[in-house]
Amino acid sequence: MAGASGLGTGPGAAGGDGDDSLYPIAVLIDELRNEDVQLRLNSIKKLSTIALALGVERTRSELLPFLTDTIYDEDEVLLALAEQLGNFTGLVGGPDFAHCLLPPLENLATVEETVVRDKAVESLRQISQEHTPVALEAYFVPLVKRLASGDWFTSRTSACSLFSVCYPRASNAVKAEIRQQFRSLCSDDTPMVRRAAASKLGEFAKVLELDSVKSEIVPLFTNLASDEQDSVRLLAVEACVSIAQLLSQDDLETLVMPTLRQAVEDKSWRVRYMVADKFSELQKAMGPKITLNDLIPAFQNLLKDCEAEVRAAAAHKVKELGENLPIEDRETIIMNQILPYIKELVSDTNPHVKSALASVIMGLSTILGKENTIEHLLPLFLAQLKDECPEVRLNIISNLDCVNEVIGIRQLSQSLLPAIVELAEDAKWRVRLAIIEYMPLLAGQLGVEFFDEKLNSLCMAWLVDHVYAIREAATNNLMKLVQKFGTEWAQNTIVPKVLVMANDPNYLHRMTTLFCINALSEACGQEITTKQMLPIVLKMAGDQVANVRFNVAKSLQKIGPILDTNALQGEVKPVLQKLGQDEDMDVKYFAQEAISVLALA
Amino acid sequence: GRVKEMNTYAWPTVFGGAGGESERTRADIISTVEFNYSGDLLATGDKGGRVVIFQREQENKSRPHSRGEYNVYSTFQSHEPEFDYLKSLEIEEKINKIRWLPQQNAAHFLLSTNDKTIKLWKISERDKRAEGYNLKDEDGRLRDPFRITALRVPILKPMDLMVEASPRRIFANAHTYHINSISVNSDHETYLSADDLRINLWHLEITDRSFNIVDIKPANMEELTEVITAAEFHPHQCNVFVYSSSKGTIRLCDMRSSALCDRHSKFFEEPEDPSSRSFFSEIISSISDVKFSHSGRYMMTRDYLSVKVWDLNMESRPVETHQVHEYLRSKLCSLYENDCIFDKFECCWNGSDSAIMTGSYNNFFRMFDRDTRRDVTLEASRESSKPRASLKPRKVCTGGKRKKDEISVDSLDFNKKILHTAWHPADNVIAVAATNNLYIFQDKIN
Repeated sequence: MAGASGLGTGPGAAGGDGDDSLYPIAVLIDELRNEDVQLRLNSIKKLSTIALALGVERTRSELLPFLTDTIYDEDEVLLALAEQLGNFTGLVGGPDFAHCLLPPLENLATVEETVVRDKAVESLRQISQEHTPVALEAYFVPLVKRLASGDWFTSRTSACSLFSVCYPRASNAVKAEIRQQFRSLCSDDTPMVRRAAASKLGEFAKVLELDSVKSEIVPLFTNLASDEQDSVRLLAVEACVSIAQLLSQDDLETLVMPTLRQAVEDKSWRVRYMVADKFSELQKAMGPKITLNDLIPAFQNLLKDCEAEVRAAAAHKVKELGENLPIEDRETIIMNQILPYIKELVSDTNPHVKSALASVIMGLSTILGKENTIEHLLPLFLAQLKDECPEVRLNIISNLDCVNEVIGIRQLSQSLLPAIVELAEDAKWRVRLAIIEYMPLLAGQLGVEFFDEKLNSLCMAWLVDHVYAIREAATNNLMKLVQKFGTEWAQNTIVPKVLVMANDPNYLHRMTTLFCINALSEACGQEITTKQMLPIVLKMAGDQVANVRFNVAKSLQKIGPILDTNALQGEVKPVLQKLGQDEDMDVKYFAQEAISVLALA
Repeated sequence: GRVKEMNTYAWPTVFGGAGGESERTRADIISTVEFNYSGDLLATGDKGGRVVIFQREQENKSRPHSRGEYNVYSTFQSHEPEFDYLKSLEIEEKINKIRWLPQQNAAHFLLSTNDKTIKLWKISERDKRAEGYNLKDEDGRLRDPFRITALRVPILKPMDLMVEASPRRIFANAHTYHINSISVNSDHETYLSADDLRINLWHLEITDRSFNIVDIKPANMEELTEVITAAEFHPHQCNVFVYSSSKGTIRLCDMRSSALCDRHSKFFEEPEDPSSRSFFSEIISSISDVKFSHSGRYMMTRDYLSVKVWDLNMESRPVETHQVHEYLRSKLCSLYENDCIFDKFECCWNGSDSAIMTGSYNNFFRMFDRDTRRDVTLEASRESSKPRASLKPRKVCTGGKRKKDEISVDSLDFNKKILHTAWHPADNVIAVAATNNLYIFQDKIN
């Protein structure tokens, strides 16, 4: 009777003098300590059922004390527990008793596993809202203080996330204390705590009075931004965004910009990387004036940074930077101040930088308009289409739609084709796989004529690639093409070629025919499936390779629903019955499965 | 610690089996020794893949002399022998290195590594036990499920202290060659692992990827001239680490300047003395261990015959060179023949950086006082380690007439080597691994 699976089938009322509704709950409670983690997890996830059965009083006096000491358990159990407790207020007697949930969550907020701790903190934040103002000061604030002054840094890191939820509802005296505690965590001995404080600085600033932001948060921010550990300094960049949103332009210039300028030139590439990575957010938070005077020059530096990671992060932001500029200045700023640097990056020494740029550069064409695109961007695209690194070429091809809107794809098609062909035949199968994925998109952009003429043969060649993943992707690709170009096109160009492969001497190619039929039948509809595909599938049931035969069974199962009853009963059923008697185990198995799924038995 | 005091090391504690090199004891050979940050715990790893943790007894009124004694706290199997089917290679379970993490909550954490895989272990205590089931009674007999009249919630009762070691993370598949070092960063969230040709940077919470920060593998392996022998993070500056090479040089890298630290920012090398050049010069100059001082101002390197202290601000030569067993210089030929010349001796600092310690042969280990420039040779042996006895300094006779109490170079036992030693981070307590025995000596109190 072990296992929660026994729940519904517990003993009936017959003969017992106990309360049979208690039985399932009894099992759940016992399984809180089962040796099997899954069963413990299951019980924890049904904690509300247990609590409901126990009633609010016993939940408070017995269940919670027990749970408070369960911190020895596996992470996934603790995670589930932390989550459950966040929604437990009703089960302990409502807001007046919400504080009863604090002890177990306090323990969970000190475990070493970050995900558990974070979940406990999330639940604590949730519960804090359910405390009355009096209870908040009587129970919650003391808990935060305990955590903040805990011996171990896990508890102090958790405290950092709790200040902002109790601050707005606390009395002035308590507010001052909270600010004081946050201050001291910002200069904690351990980098872990300083990092936690730095990452919550912005959030805390938002709930503070503006005066306190200026007088207290800004100095903390300045300190953290010049911390000896670069892992702390880089978090200050993030905080910069939130703080900037709270301050006026003048204050930004005097209070925040000196620090940000310092970050842009930080000795550590990781800090500069962070500036590049958060550039769009910074740009929005700082406003157009500072952007023009400070951020654009900073961005130029990031684009030519000595560390490739930084250049790549900056290159990624080129498009967003343009979009976030005021409409009237966009074109001139990009053309005069950014484009010269982009041109350099196109021939960067590092492939990651080039491919980062290639993934966004096409987006600039909408900002710069047709003429600029043709004159300035097009040469870059063409150069990138010939880049030695396949990822660069792929990124250009995958973003063709942006250019198509502005200048039409014909401008590019001359260079496009060789690039596609080369990628299609790349020695690395992952590269081939990537280009296949873009085929439907390309087909849409280039039109059916161009496709038939230049690309169709490539798509068919992939069907006989020696890597299975490519053949599989090629099959799916055909289906998407049919969806795009219609069944008539399929019937004329694709289906005949696919069906020819049914006679290929290589059994892998014969199987590809079956896989194609699986993929295409739905898109092609009943008529083509019945008339052209079904006969081939049925014929292949006599193949000498068992793998082909059981795939016939699978295919029949797949296309069965599309066929009419006549075909099913008259043609499919006898073949499946024959395969059901096959000497090969697997063929038999799949044939019988098809028979039962298609209800032909 | 002063050498004068060092001579009074006493109260040894010996752990391990009796002598005799049987197959069973091969697995018991200690392969690494490491104190945690407070010094209250001491971990050893052995060739059998086990980790043994010792805990220092707290002050105890009833047994006034027990303070400072280390007793076994937890023992667990960290690594098992494995087989790499792709390369047809056996992977030994031997623990190459153990490093403690700074304490973050009531539990303790350490990293242990064999040649290929690094594991993060949690060592925690449990002193409560839940009691009471609904469906069975105290003796474990099943209750009649039809007669449940009330629900019982388990109650926690105190129990005897239980110490558990549980694996928290496994960092695997990142090293093609044998891992020789692991080192935790002062940022408390990353650590490095070094093998013969590469150094990787890991986040302690992420096991599925690491960043390669140093790669000295030449495109053509025939051009290989040096390997990485040890690597360590600076104790305070999170961006600085050093690695030593088989050519006797040390490179200091600054992770701020670029993501891949192929270009070092400092290069420590002592010019070779042409007069002492011999066939063995290159082998004996290979560095077997590098350790930053606690202050972070100096680093110490151990090569076959000497231990050197370098000022991080002076790359051209070490500020101190201490001879460990200079008398072996004339015996290099036979040490080469029996492979001893490739032994990898480690070295360690005392808590205040005023003294250093490293091992030698014949169960001898050496201590050097940096202020007084005095040094001493001590022996870790069962005979010399009677409770509360002081360790007697030993002397090796180097040519000429052998005095009383001296040992002749020819009678040294090269199978008894002390490769691994550790010094308590604050107190004068040392741990010395002599093959399969662990000796803990501490300064006499009073």
